[in-house]
Amino acid sequence: MIVPQRSRRDPYPERLYMVGENPEDRHRLDLVTLFVAKHEPERGMAPELAAILRMCEQPLSMAEISAHMRLPTSVLTLVLLDMVDTDQLEARAPIPTASLPDIDLLKAVMHGLQRL
Amino acid sequence: MDYKGSETLAGPRPEDMLPATAAAAVKVVIVGGFGVGKTTLVGAVSEIRPLTTEETMTQAGVGIDDLAGIEHKTTTTVAMDFGRISLDERLVLYLFGTPGQERFWFLWNGLFDGALGAVVLVDTRRLEVCFDVLGRLEDRGVPFVVAVNTFPESPVYSMDELRGALDLDESVPMVDCDARSRGSSRDVLLALMQYLYTLTTNREMQ
Repeated sequence: MIVPQRSRRDPYPERLYMVGENPEDRHRLDLVTLFVAKHEPERGMAPELAAILRMCEQPLSMAEISAHMRLPTSVLTLVLLDMVDTDQLEARAPIPTASLPDIDLLKAVMHGLQRL
Repeated sequence: MDYKGSETLAGPRPEDMLPATAAAAVKVVIVGGFGVGKTTLVGAVSEIRPLTTEETMTQAGVGIDDLAGIEHKTTTTVAMDFGRISLDERLVLYLFGTPGQERFWFLWNGLFDGALGAVVLVDTRRLEVCFDVLGRLEDRGVPFVVAVNTFPESPVYSMDELRGALDLDESVPMVDCDARSRGSSRDVLLALMQYLYTLTTNREMQ
């Protein structure tokens, strides 16, 4: 007796990932972009998102969130962008430095280092 | 209410929290070969215990990493250690240690975008490790200083000998460094800032 065999359409994607409408979006975030929660975690939220909101009660960089969440930055970028777009997180962009930084910024950095 | 499902995702310790006034961050990259002391230097000046952020490497490692026995593994995880210094109530400095080998250069795009500059940490026992890194930084136009981390058994070279061996421009600062020491590591960062300051004022005078 022959067992009926389901045939699959080929090619058949194993998984499908949606990575946002605009790939340029990813460049909006930096490892040192600071994130601050705009509200407290809500009941029924995905635990990971609640954890991010809780750790961002005070400002926290993407690098630190990545370390605490044990998520690679490539994945975390998408999660954080989504949370910014849905008004759950505020993003504080790093100071843009062109080829050379601003004198006042350098003075502030040196002053801070000297106090170490 | 409590969210018990995520207790394992601890987040920062209360004493590691930044003030709410922290408005912006800058970054400096510490580059060097394995074992040269990047994480030691970061840890010496960081106000938090160094943390690790990971990135996955896919095709970049194929043909370079030894995949024998794990042929199906096409991704490798690369870890970057980093630390933090609150410079004042508004400004935060992050220090990222990144391996210098060419196969990790894919990490560099996001890392060097917007970075103030770099510290190339050199081990005189394995000087050649940093040759490619120096070229890469020069190509990218990233300002950098060279810090020589001296180990007890390191061969002793003069700075002039090292400058010659590394074929460094006269203007690039070279500093001695004990990566274990907070003061010494801070001085390396100050040397970088001083260098950036000189570059910026020179440019403004032109």
